[in-house]
Amino acid sequence: MKNPIGNLNKIFDSRIRMGVMSVLLVNDEVNFNDLKQLLELTDGNLASHLTNLEENGYIKVHKGFIGRKTNTTYSITKAGEKAFAEHIEALENMIKNVK
Amino acid sequence: MDSQNPSLDTLKDIKRLMERSSRFISLSGLSGLSAGICALIGAYVAHSWIKSDFVTSNTRVLEPVHEIKIRLVLLAIVVLIAALGFSFYFTWNKARKNNLPIWDHTSKKLLINLMIPLAAGGFFVLGLLSQNEWRFVASACLVFYGLALVNASKYTLTDIRYLGLMEIALGLINLYYPEYSLYFWAIGFGLLHIIYGLIMWWKYDKAAVDG
Repeated sequence: MKNPIGNLNKIFDSRIRMGVMSVLLVNDEVNFNDLKQLLELTDGNLASHLTNLEENGYIKVHKGFIGRKTNTTYSITKAGEKAFAEHIEALENMIKNVK
Repeated sequence: MDSQNPSLDTLKDIKRLMERSSRFISLSGLSGLSAGICALIGAYVAHSWIKSDFVTSNTRVLEPVHEIKIRLVLLAIVVLIAALGFSFYFTWNKARKNNLPIWDHTSKKLLINLMIPLAAGGFFVLGLLSQNEWRFVASACLVFYGLALVNASKYTLTDIRYLGLMEIALGLINLYYPEYSLYFWAIGFGLLHIIYGLIMWWKYDKAAVDG
């Protein structure tokens, strides 16, 4: 028998990283403040998880400006889309097995 | 099996976040209902003005006909402001109750996509009025408003798409019966809004009130 949790992606174990991926999958570009507001997080907490996702190549960071204020936006990469889709599929399979 | 399933909870969280981050979900059914009531009151007032004016203008010259047109445009503006005010209030109220922001990137996207066809429609109607062409004003209002709703449905509750399609259909039929414009206008902006508002309230808001 196949290991039922073998396809679960460890990186998405964290609810925060999972949340970031969910938001980025359906939005082309989301800035730091909107993410923070949606996920109800503090700056430092969100930043460390974003760095983690970026290092794994799942998200891209764009640094820009609105006037003089920095505006950092995030978007999902092809690799990120694929990894997240596989993770969701693994979750769905686990539910099917329970039923 | 009804036990706590962490995988299912995670999937539900993912779905909720996807919806909340890409769609403005605080649109209240009561907004539609109140806009519809404003429109019906407006249509009733307009109807009574037109009726009394027709009686008098048979015996008088054309002067009062011009005057009533200005009054009708003013009435339309008052109805629009009242409808927008009530709609905004109920939606703002719902967002506040659910602890959701009223002004975030989802409401911005919704507003921009609603405003593009709506502004085009507004200028189109102004153009018609400047040509003294009154027969197709109601038609144009309905069609452009319908297009605006269809366009905006991608950024909020998908149900407004069907409302939009019905407004477009109504506006197009109205083109062939311009003499009944006021009735079409009352059905499109009054009746359809009230029906839609009640359905939306039943579907989304009632559960929140009960629960």
